[in-house]
Amino acid sequence: MTNLLILPILLPMVFAVLTILFRTHHRHANTMAIIGAVLHLFVSCLLMAAVLDRKVISLWVGSWPSPAGISLVADYLGAIMVLVTAVLHTAVVVYARIDITVRQIQSGFYPFMLLLTAAICGAFLTGDLFNLYVWFEVMLMTSFGIMVMENPAGRLTNAVKYVTLNLVSTMVLLTGIGLLYGLTGTLNLADLHDKAARVENTALLTSTALMLMTAFGIKAALFPLFFWLPASYHTLPASVAAFFGGMLTKVGVYALIRLFTLVFVTQTHITHTALMIAGILTMVSGVVTAASQMDIRRILSFHIISQVGYMVLGLSVLTPLALAAALIFMVHNIIAKANLFLVGGLMHRVTGSFHLTQMGSLYKTHGLLSLAFFIPAFSLAGFPPLSGFWGKLLIIYACLESRHYLSAALAALVGLLTLFSMVKIWSEAFWKPSPRSDTTPAGEKLSFWSLAPVLCLCLFTVLLGLFIEPVLQLALVAGEQLLNPAAYILAVKGGG
Amino acid sequence: MEFLLALVVGLMFGSALFLMLSGILVRFVFGFALMGNAVNLLIFAAGRLTHVNPPLIDPDQTIPAASVANALPQALILTAIVIGFAMTIFLLVLLYRAYDQARTLDADLNSFLVEIPKTTGQHVSEKKEPA
Repeated sequence: MTNLLILPILLPMVFAVLTILFRTHHRHANTMAIIGAVLHLFVSCLLMAAVLDRKVISLWVGSWPSPAGISLVADYLGAIMVLVTAVLHTAVVVYARIDITVRQIQSGFYPFMLLLTAAICGAFLTGDLFNLYVWFEVMLMTSFGIMVMENPAGRLTNAVKYVTLNLVSTMVLLTGIGLLYGLTGTLNLADLHDKAARVENTALLTSTALMLMTAFGIKAALFPLFFWLPASYHTLPASVAAFFGGMLTKVGVYALIRLFTLVFVTQTHITHTALMIAGILTMVSGVVTAASQMDIRRILSFHIISQVGYMVLGLSVLTPLALAAALIFMVHNIIAKANLFLVGGLMHRVTGSFHLTQMGSLYKTHGLLSLAFFIPAFSLAGFPPLSGFWGKLLIIYACLESRHYLSAALAALVGLLTLFSMVKIWSEAFWKPSPRSDTTPAGEKLSFWSLAPVLCLCLFTVLLGLFIEPVLQLALVAGEQLLNPAAYILAVKGGG
Repeated sequence: MEFLLALVVGLMFGSALFLMLSGILVRFVFGFALMGNAVNLLIFAAGRLTHVNPPLIDPDQTIPAASVANALPQALILTAIVIGFAMTIFLLVLLYRAYDQARTLDADLNSFLVEIPKTTGQHVSEKKEPA
């Protein structure tokens, strides 16, 4: 039963190897990757069901006794994140059928993608800080591989920015891990909860916490460490940008949530205040910068940053409701944001450009595409009853409840500015008459393979918004579980 | 001993940061490698620095008899070294390729920063944008 925990990591790895074998047959490679993604989705659903049944499940890999071995743990947060990863991965792999060129497949797109998924799931499921570092490295390596595949002109210097800043962040992460090990003598997260609380040198513990915050802050694109993101995401193929934009920063946010609810909870007046300030500045700076952009992918990239701010704000408030809100917002954001990148790719297909000035009258020519843009975009902007509305509402409500009035006001204001950006794209690309008077848009008819994943993700967004009540209940349980980690610790230390 | 090691680690971190901030990306690679070693030393120092026996257990026993060296930091460092190697090599190849495109590795120069327009002509609009 607990062996189920290893499957979301192992399965994509196995299929990564299989897709390497099919590298030269791009159709087979795609089919293989889709099979792998669907199986992964199935396994993730099983894991979710198991977690719903037993609250927390843990597995000591290789049956090494606690705390010397390596543990995998799935609580509500971890299982939900794995499930969302699987959903997005499936959609992206299906979309990749029309988006990824034969040459990119030959340079190893599918193996990298599957390994990246394995690494992300590994990061969500690991119960050990050093393993978290290793999974982050695997994520980095595979994302580097995807970023430079096919060696396109103009992309490498962007990749250099991405690579260098991320390498710096892993160095800071490793330093923090070393210091933490020196302070506590353990790196198991459940073990750390007790031992970090007993550390006498709180100054050193807090600086270690801030060091890890910096490291994961770079990954999560927090202010002022986000510059690598807009510099590198806008040149990627749509499916890759969707997966990166949806997932990679959220793994950083996940790590922050995990560490700052489980390990570093004694000095909250320093650490969580720092998180709150960083979160607010991230929200505001991201959305303001996005307002000045005209390239769809750049607008979306800056909005990733702005919305990471919401999640970190939710974490910094540190109440069950705020954590539940952050979790709902994260799930909503992963799906909606990735979907917008995919739709942006389709808009590029149809109009031949990513630049808003070159687009127009898509509403007239592509009805379904308009719908596919409308739902995630206005969910992101926070229109009821779509999922983004609930996420934002809950975060603002949690801020008000714990008397962070300024944060609540700024969160509402940022929501308004998000709406401005989305309306800008909508009116420029969909309503405005096409600037090309000579012909109808150059693009082809959008095929089933391109629209199906996008519409499925739209459906997910709508359903998440409509059935918010059970989702909120689940998220509240997850929030409670994060704040009272007794069950987590028991499951890990009891040997599961 | 610990004081000396702390001094060395600090010195290595300082030099590594200096190299990484110089703007010439080849120096960044050296700084990265140096910082990797500094972190490894730090983890090593964190796992207790005493002159003790190797962590070997006699065949007829299940736990080591005397106090032995902590094996865990060494395992961690080994992992970190391997990953660091891979990252350094990737970084070198990437920089070599980037040099091919931009003809410079000075990150402050415009020829490095400005995006090279794609040859396909699809993204005409991107030329207008600053990188």
